[in-house]
Amino acid sequence: MPTIQTIDINAWYGTKQALKNISLEIEEHSITAFIGPSGCGKSTFIRIFNRMNDYIEGFKMEGQVLIDRQDINAKEVRVEELRQRVGIVFQKPNPFPKSIFENVAYGLRIQGINDKKVLSEVVEKSLMRAALWDEVKDDLNHPALSLSGGQQQRLCIARTLAVEPKIILMDEPASALDPISTSKIEDLATELKENYTIIIVTHNMQQAARISDKTAFFYMGEMIEYDKTTDLFTNPRHERTENYITGRFG
Amino acid sequence: MNSIRKNRITDTLFNYLGIASTMFGLIMLAIFITNILIDGIARIDWQFLTSLPSRKPERAGILTAWTGTAWILGLTAVFAIPLGVAAGIYLEEYGKKNKLGTIIEINITNLAGVPSIIYGLLGLEIFVRILHFGASLMAGAFTLALLILPIIIVATREAIRAVPSSLREASFGMGATKWQTIWHQVLPAASGGILTGIILSLSRAVGETAPLIVIGALAYVPFVAKTPLDEFTVLPMQIFNWTSRPQHGFIINAAAAIIILLVLTFIMNGIAIYLRNRWQKRVKW
Repeated sequence: MPTIQTIDINAWYGTKQALKNISLEIEEHSITAFIGPSGCGKSTFIRIFNRMNDYIEGFKMEGQVLIDRQDINAKEVRVEELRQRVGIVFQKPNPFPKSIFENVAYGLRIQGINDKKVLSEVVEKSLMRAALWDEVKDDLNHPALSLSGGQQQRLCIARTLAVEPKIILMDEPASALDPISTSKIEDLATELKENYTIIIVTHNMQQAARISDKTAFFYMGEMIEYDKTTDLFTNPRHERTENYITGRFG
Repeated sequence: MNSIRKNRITDTLFNYLGIASTMFGLIMLAIFITNILIDGIARIDWQFLTSLPSRKPERAGILTAWTGTAWILGLTAVFAIPLGVAAGIYLEEYGKKNKLGTIIEINITNLAGVPSIIYGLLGLEIFVRILHFGASLMAGAFTLALLILPIIIVATREAIRAVPSSLREASFGMGATKWQTIWHQVLPAASGGILTGIILSLSRAVGETAPLIVIGALAYVPFVAKTPLDEFTVLPMQIFNWTSRPQHGFIINAAAAIIILLVLTFIMNGIAIYLRNRWQKRVKW
């Protein structure tokens, strides 16, 4: 049964159409990669799943996004609850200018949970799941901004995990990182797949091929092809997809 | 070849011109401060700080003036800071960025440049006459609060605007509401800039004389203000009053009071600069 389903998504920035008639289904506990050249709409699309576009001026959207069969744009849906279920990790690591501990605890604190014991447990568990615990366990009170870029990004993942989401959106999570940090993030994504549904936007096609189960190729706001990753990369059905993955453009 | 030499000469010329301009300002300031110090420093003692005004210069003091300045400073801060910061937050975070917003923004920036005496007239009409505060601390503080409100609003907006959107997105992405995001992330990140603006605006308020004269504050107040509805005087008015007296003793008193006022404003500006430097160092995302 698909966890996520989109039906005929169209979106605009002002008068410029950014997404055209996109319908797809995403299975539970899988990694889905969105690839395509810059400006193709993949980042706009991933941000639809937790309504991060709401604050962008001039953004307009039509169509339905169903998560566990519920329309997330329905009036009765509280966007704050939605974002606790659908977490997001951004391209540039953006920890809060607070301590490592407070970064991970933030999601709980804003829900009104301030019990020190509960927070400590969640912080430890989340940092472990994000494969960061061993590196920072003695420095939990240090500022998060003193960590390296790769560590900051894993901290951002830990922060997202702390509120127990079901779905994690990753918008080019490794594009600002060095190869070693990148491979750590990739390993992490593969591990997290056991318990979470992951959608990842990436410019790096090897990355998509390495870690994702399914891949969607976007071009000029359209979803050209959506298939099992192995099929899409070895046997693309569309010429555009083939040209892109073989590096002939983009 | 020729043009390179010419450019070199122009370069050197402007270098010296720049140095000369800078020195001019600094030297003038140095002369002024030295003069004041020579005249007044010997006059500053405990008696000077704790005496009421008097007709005899050697018995006169600035007790009513500096307590009045302290009252005004405190009351103005209490009125202006919450209003200014809240307005800045609203305009930057909640207000729609449409034509009306632009008009409001331009007007607030312009208000920051309106001569202070105009604010005095506004204060006289609204606070002294319509609200019947009289020439009291309340009327003075409200008038000065109006005067510095635009500065605080503009400083708040600029500080908030300097907070990177990635920080907001991170907070929203965690499921925080708009207010939680503002309270936990935006305001702490902007606090250095906001505080700097507040202190600079208050140090301007401390030096203002014209609007207080207009609302009817007196230079001669024979008692220390006890409630916000009391009459008052402030340091700049006391200085203004003394410099217009014929006896030499009052000129010395004025110089001494100027030193106190200068020290006060230098301290406030110093704190503002310190905060700004600390804030700039911290803001590296």
